[in-house]
Amino acid sequence: MFSLEGITTNVQDWLFMKFNPTLALAIECVIVILLAISLFAILGLVLVLMERKVAAHIQIRLGPNRVGPGGMFQTVADTLKLIMKEGLVPDMADKFLFNLAPFVVMMVGMLLLAPIAFAKNFQIWDINIGVLYISSVSSLSVIGILMAGWASNNKYSLLGAMRSGAQIVSYELSAGFAVLTIVVLTGSLQLSEIVNAQQNGWWIFKGHIPAVIAFVLYIIAVTAETNRAPFDLAEAESELTAGFHTEYSGMRFALFFLAEYINIFIVCAIGATLFFGGWMPLHIGNWEAFNHIMDYIPSSVWFMGKTFFLIFLIMWFRWTFPRLRVDQLLNLEWKYLLPISLFNLLLVAVIAILGWHF
Amino acid sequence: MFLKDYISEVVNGVSSLLKGMRKTGYYFAHPKEIITEQYPDNRATLLMSERFKGEVVMPHDENNEHACTGCTACELACPNGTIKVVTKFEVSPEGKKKKAIDALVYRLELCTMCNLCVVACPSDAIKMAPNFEHSVFDRTKLTKVLNQTGSKIREGIE
Repeated sequence: MFSLEGITTNVQDWLFMKFNPTLALAIECVIVILLAISLFAILGLVLVLMERKVAAHIQIRLGPNRVGPGGMFQTVADTLKLIMKEGLVPDMADKFLFNLAPFVVMMVGMLLLAPIAFAKNFQIWDINIGVLYISSVSSLSVIGILMAGWASNNKYSLLGAMRSGAQIVSYELSAGFAVLTIVVLTGSLQLSEIVNAQQNGWWIFKGHIPAVIAFVLYIIAVTAETNRAPFDLAEAESELTAGFHTEYSGMRFALFFLAEYINIFIVCAIGATLFFGGWMPLHIGNWEAFNHIMDYIPSSVWFMGKTFFLIFLIMWFRWTFPRLRVDQLLNLEWKYLLPISLFNLLLVAVIAILGWHF
Repeated sequence: MFLKDYISEVVNGVSSLLKGMRKTGYYFAHPKEIITEQYPDNRATLLMSERFKGEVVMPHDENNEHACTGCTACELACPNGTIKVVTKFEVSPEGKKKKAIDALVYRLELCTMCNLCVVACPSDAIKMAPNFEHSVFDRTKLTKVLNQTGSKIREGIE
């Protein structure tokens, strides 16, 4: 059976056999960095194409279908174009911050990759405060966005960045509470333990209705956090041309664009880990035969399948719902999502204490 | 009371959002609903709607006869001087003089397809055709004479 775990242990054994431990660790670091960067590049290409295809089919169109079979290489061609383009820095812009901002946004995405379990025992860093790490690092991306908005010396950019700041700060709360419900049920912040706790069923099934509510709250909050429609006020095309990346072009723009999709992948991966069991196959209680059949599907396939299902859900939102106004956005968070998630957390705490979950 | 309103608001909101998602989800799951025309590829089978306004034409019947009396109503109706009616006088066998068109000059490059000339025509001599492939390399080719050479007015149209 195919498993990524076997490959990683083989590579590690071979490295430690050939080199001294320090050098082996250094080589492993380089391999991990290369893998992370190539994952980013591939994800960028795949997700942009997926978004365009999903959008087209939802709007009864065909979408890109000229470059390669079924338009498969459309995003490759687009990337090539973006690499060739001139990266213009506007006059009077703060050059240093302007150039730094896209890299800050990208770096946050890279940092968030560390604690995600892509398959069974295939994780860069199984940190014991994984969930806390994720929620703290993900709020750093607002710094990159504010930096871009401020440094561009453009009112559209500044307005977009300010909106984005207000939005991320508000929605972080309900996203945090939604994540906390699962932490309360599991009793651990470590992502590998959260996954292992779902051995006999995913939390969305085991946690009754509160877990479903928490999942809905989570998906709404992360849609807002990643600045995607219907919460894309930060870059509302019709009001602010492109918001915080109005002045960006060429490769720097591509980095912002890539970061958006990487962030979507990461929040969906975390959502899949918390609510749908990460790499854990679909197990139902103690149906041994069924569970064994499900185990034959590799864990990496389970993880990617769940993540891409959630990504599709977020894309579905984007191409269905109209954009909210700023006051509606803040009303939704402070009047609806936050009270509901507080009440929901209380309910989950009662369930966890009384042991009502399966 | 407040709580009841609050909960019903939330339920209403969620259910209306789900309604929208069901519609778009239906379109996503049914690719046969796609209405995109892959134009240059399907040129042979392309179906244009009859009401599409591509250019003004003058229908002629099998005897090379049209219904234009040369009344210049279309020329007067045209807001940007697209149509120019050149009239002549035909002498009938009985020796009566009758007004007829020599040429109905139509300048496609000036036409906005507003349909006013077709509406103004009292004898339904001109109509809009659904052709849209009008590009040419020479601008003079856009100036067209709508009546065919040797055509004459149909019997019984005054």
